[in-house]
Amino acid sequence: MDRVNSIEVEGLVREFKKGPRAVDGIDLHVEPGEIYGFLGPNGAGKSTTVLMLTTLLPPTAGTARVGGYDVVADGPKVRSVIGAALQEAALDPMLTGRDHLRLQATLQGISRAERKVRAGELLDRVGLAEAADRKVGGYSGGMKRRLDLALALVHRPQILFLDEPTTGLDIQSRTALWDEVARLAREDGVTVFLTTQYLEEADVLANRVGIIDHGHIVAEGTPHELKAEIGLPSVHAIPAEESDRQRLAEALAPYGESLDGGTRDVVVRLRDGLAGLPAVVRAVDDAGLKLASLEIQAPSLDDVFLAKTGRSLEGAEEGEPDAAESAA
Amino acid sequence: MNAALPQVGAIARRSVVRTSRQPAAVVFPLVFPMLLLLVNSGGLEASTHLPGFPTDSFVAFALAVPFIQGALFSTMNAGTDLARDIQTGFLNRLSLTSMRGVALIAGLLAGAVVLGLVQAAFYIVVGLIIGVEFAAGILGILVLFLFSAVISISFGAIGLYLALRTGSGESIQGLFPLLFVFLFLSSMNTPRDLIEVEWFRFVASINPVSYLIECVRSLIITGWDARALGLGFGIALMIGIVAITAATLSLRQRLVRT
Repeated sequence: MDRVNSIEVEGLVREFKKGPRAVDGIDLHVEPGEIYGFLGPNGAGKSTTVLMLTTLLPPTAGTARVGGYDVVADGPKVRSVIGAALQEAALDPMLTGRDHLRLQATLQGISRAERKVRAGELLDRVGLAEAADRKVGGYSGGMKRRLDLALALVHRPQILFLDEPTTGLDIQSRTALWDEVARLAREDGVTVFLTTQYLEEADVLANRVGIIDHGHIVAEGTPHELKAEIGLPSVHAIPAEESDRQRLAEALAPYGESLDGGTRDVVVRLRDGLAGLPAVVRAVDDAGLKLASLEIQAPSLDDVFLAKTGRSLEGAEEGEPDAAESAA
Repeated sequence: MNAALPQVGAIARRSVVRTSRQPAAVVFPLVFPMLLLLVNSGGLEASTHLPGFPTDSFVAFALAVPFIQGALFSTMNAGTDLARDIQTGFLNRLSLTSMRGVALIAGLLAGAVVLGLVQAAFYIVVGLIIGVEFAAGILGILVLFLFSAVISISFGAIGLYLALRTGSGESIQGLFPLLFVFLFLSSMNTPRDLIEVEWFRFVASINPVSYLIECVRSLIITGWDARALGLGFGIALMIGIVAITAATLSLRQRLVRT
């Protein structure tokens, strides 16, 4: 029963006719109640993986169990335990938000008496109660995404797939969605599989991150582990008086390895990571030095991506085959 | 089957609601056939003087045509709605629920039936207002509603099949004029036995649309004509069975879920 909310994937492959291997033998294990961030550029294989895990696309090879059920042999059972908000918030512009929820609830087999209550609950939860009876055609992008999330939650799924849920949203809408996803995992124990091309999203939201590139998982771990794997943060200090540069370098030397900072900056990679920062500040103060600037540069997930693939995530985009079109 | 019934109802309700919220989708299928009826009646009234013409009212003769035109609109509406769902990914959303494929087809066709019955009611009321007397009486009008439901299903299923095969609303709209060709090459304006151009009479005789029109026409101007009713219902049911089978098979290919 401990696999009820988990996702287990071994050697999953998806080939398209006349196309590349969009997913090329990936292994994954997502723990119950975990938020797993699947990070990669456009065309890396994220959406194809989601389509396979949600039973919408049969794998070419490999196995995947979602909620304890095989995605090929037990498609209907998989669908009964998952909710999904796919890449495009596919909504009917002529229906209202409440119409959508009632339709979804009926198709999910929820009783007539419960449908109305559940629709009201979800509309409240995603902040669409006031707009519930307006046609979706007039909704903003953020409202559509929130409705999409509500629709995925109608039947109280144990596992939630979100395919780039915040793409194109403003920061306010994005943050609101992050809060709700975090709450679902924390309070309701929902396992969340989230694809994203936003580094910040994976960093803030995910308990663990898998980085996918060209259909391969190139790195996996907590955001902290992945960043720590490629290096410690460094402090970049510029003295107020140029003549104090040597004294500043001597003051910071005990706290880590000195790096080349050019003729102006004093750069030290902090041996104790961010935990060493207070000591650095005290040392500067004790030496009676005044600073023009002090910056901490921590490795980002982009640095991780760069280290693993030789390319920056920003701009590393390729066209992913259209799964629906290529599946035939 | 019991579990599928609420699903059928929900999908049908959605079809009706979304159509009712698009005035053009409601008004055009009602008004266009009536305009065509008025134009044809004005220009072809003299046809009633032809020896053997079955009625002295061309409006009564031609009132059968809007019913078939309405069914053609059902084809386009059902097809373009489903094609849009495929294009936007809405079908994927539905696929992720416990919806059964048969519920999707049945629900969309039930929606087409509701709209077809509204159209039929409108044409009948307009007919009564302009003085058409329905030869088969009240019971005939009820049969007319039944026939409208059957042809809405049959033509709606053609639309669903085309949507599932092409996945494109534009393709279906592109086929619409082709469907109208069937209408114009039928007995819509002249009884088949009075068509003097041989090739046209031959085409009209092998065109199933002629028999659908003649079924409706018999209830309006003849009364109870078992042959016309049998041919009309039989052909409509055959078209429906073939189209629903084709649509169901195409849906299996389109719904790639495991």
